[in-house]
Amino acid sequence: MSETIIKLDNIIKKFYVGKPNELEILHGISLEVKKGEFVSIVGPSGSGKSTLMNLIGVLDRPTSGTYVLDGIDISKAQDKELSNIRNKKIGFVFQTYNLISRTNAIKNVELPMLYAGIPKDERIAKAKELLELVEMGDRAKHLPEELSGGQKQRVAIARAMANDPAILLADEPTGALDSKTGRLVMDLFHKLNKEKGITVVLITHSNELASETGRIITIKDGNILSESKGGKK
Amino acid sequence: MVMLWENIKLAFTSLLANKMRALLTMLGIIIGIASVIAIMTVGDSLINYISEEMNSMGANNIMVSVQPRTDEDNMFNNMMAGAMMMDPISEQDKITPEMLEKLGEQYSDEIKAITIYDDPSSGQVTQDKKYANVYVTGINIGYFVSTEVDMIAGSIFSQRDLEEGRPVTIVSSIVVENIFDGDMDKALGSTIEVSVDGRYAEYTIIGVYDYVVQDMSAMMQSRQDITTNMYIPYRTSINQTHNDNFTNFYVVANNGVDSDLLAKKIERFFEGYYRNNEDYQVGAFNMQTMVEMVGSMVGMVTTAISIVAAIALLVGGIGVMNIMLVSITERTREIGTRKALGATNGSIRIQFIVEAIIICLMGGAIGILLGILGGEAAANLLGYPATPSISGIITSLVFSMIIGVFFGYYPANKAAKMNPIDALRYE
Repeated sequence: MSETIIKLDNIIKKFYVGKPNELEILHGISLEVKKGEFVSIVGPSGSGKSTLMNLIGVLDRPTSGTYVLDGIDISKAQDKELSNIRNKKIGFVFQTYNLISRTNAIKNVELPMLYAGIPKDERIAKAKELLELVEMGDRAKHLPEELSGGQKQRVAIARAMANDPAILLADEPTGALDSKTGRLVMDLFHKLNKEKGITVVLITHSNELASETGRIITIKDGNILSESKGGKK
Repeated sequence: MVMLWENIKLAFTSLLANKMRALLTMLGIIIGIASVIAIMTVGDSLINYISEEMNSMGANNIMVSVQPRTDEDNMFNNMMAGAMMMDPISEQDKITPEMLEKLGEQYSDEIKAITIYDDPSSGQVTQDKKYANVYVTGINIGYFVSTEVDMIAGSIFSQRDLEEGRPVTIVSSIVVENIFDGDMDKALGSTIEVSVDGRYAEYTIIGVYDYVVQDMSAMMQSRQDITTNMYIPYRTSINQTHNDNFTNFYVVANNGVDSDLLAKKIERFFEGYYRNNEDYQVGAFNMQTMVEMVGSMVGMVTTAISIVAAIALLVGGIGVMNIMLVSITERTREIGTRKALGATNGSIRIQFIVEAIIICLMGGAIGILLGILGGEAAANLLGYPATPSISGIITSLVFSMIIGVFFGYYPANKAAKMNPIDALRYE
């Protein structure tokens, strides 16, 4: 059995703790993801999947429970360490791409490496390599506004890969794309997962997309409703 | 270090993305810095000019003048009162030639020369449809001791010219240029006719001094219209006005003589004559003291105006803060994204502080440039050479940087403390 990358243990997330409107979103979620897996988390809106994604992405801390990411216990980390973990261990892919406008494709890909303090030459070489990988090598100098949605998302994926993260965390990555370009993006995730062995966690509300991943975790009302094997593709 | 350079480049790209806004934001800083620099340039130039002017009269020179009697011991106020006096001083209150003679005898060891000159009256030399503008000034021999007069032809007044009040004159090279087409030999010994207040008088040229164009106002005039000093013996001047007595004169102290002390002695000497005069007394000031006094006066005025300009700068700084707050709100998503990609709070803070500093420094640099130009223009207009204030420039640069840090910190900190989840979700 390969090593565990994500280990959530009885995660509870409450908002407005100690106030009259205290709200418990996640009611004790336990989850394990192995290295090289392609997992999808599905659920309707309001199910708590965004909250779960924020926790997995280390943008937020659980109220209780433990979360170990690639051997690091997140529950006890300070803000600065969280920044560092996000930088090195997690590659975010957003629904709305979130490329930094005003800066071209290659600069966007370089950004996580800049925060990691990697020297300029190394940064540029790696960024070029990654843009080639997502077949955007010839658009390196283009600004985000000069790229189509699918192209932007490919640049965003290259950026997510910049610091060789432990997981790619994709939040509705095809949500803003038409089905054809959405397909291309999904193919890219499959390719990265198979060829590079990258662990991918896909958050989506689409059962269709989820069904092509290796494992489908369905969330409802803050609990894991079911787990099933996918792999239709 | 790498980060800092990247942040500077980043700041420029964000400023370029909003050129108009960046410029308008800078405008507050530009105006503030420009006014501070302009005022300091004018002030410094004025002080330099006055010091040079007064020093050219000699630091050893002592100005002696009749002043209204006051109880205050404030030289400057007394001087101002003297200058602004409404009623002309009557003849019996003035200093007489006898007093001067006595003064010269009593302190002959300490006094090198006594310079007297009457107030210049403007006139015009005319000859065969040619003309030259002049200030006719009666002087004594001491004038040549206290003031630098660069003779290029002929000679200065002889003892007899002065004593007898002969109708002789020393004119500037400009007069020779305009009346005699620059022919010195022709000018020397020629008699010229001068009209002053509608009265005509004739003088024979015995000497020519070199006139050097100094101030801007003279530079802007054609050489034809420049007004230059035309010296005549003091007694010659008196013979026309019949005013024998003086309201002021200069004393040139011998080298090695403490001019402050001599000024005191001169005051005491005249107190002997003016003891019973209820309205007037005689004051004597050493030039050096006057230079310092005027310097501190101008300095005070400059500081006062600079404080007003600093308020403009403060308003500019608030403008920077305002625009930075708008900017971070607009870029909330970007901030969220950066945080998701691993930016620490510190690196977000630095990014926005650097941006604020860049706005302020650019504004500061443009302001300094405009301020120097404005200050020079103003100084030239007032007719003295401009001296850019180096200390003002350095202070302004440092100050605009401090404004950047000060007014950039709050918005930057706000950006740094944003919750990444909320920032990413921001529409």
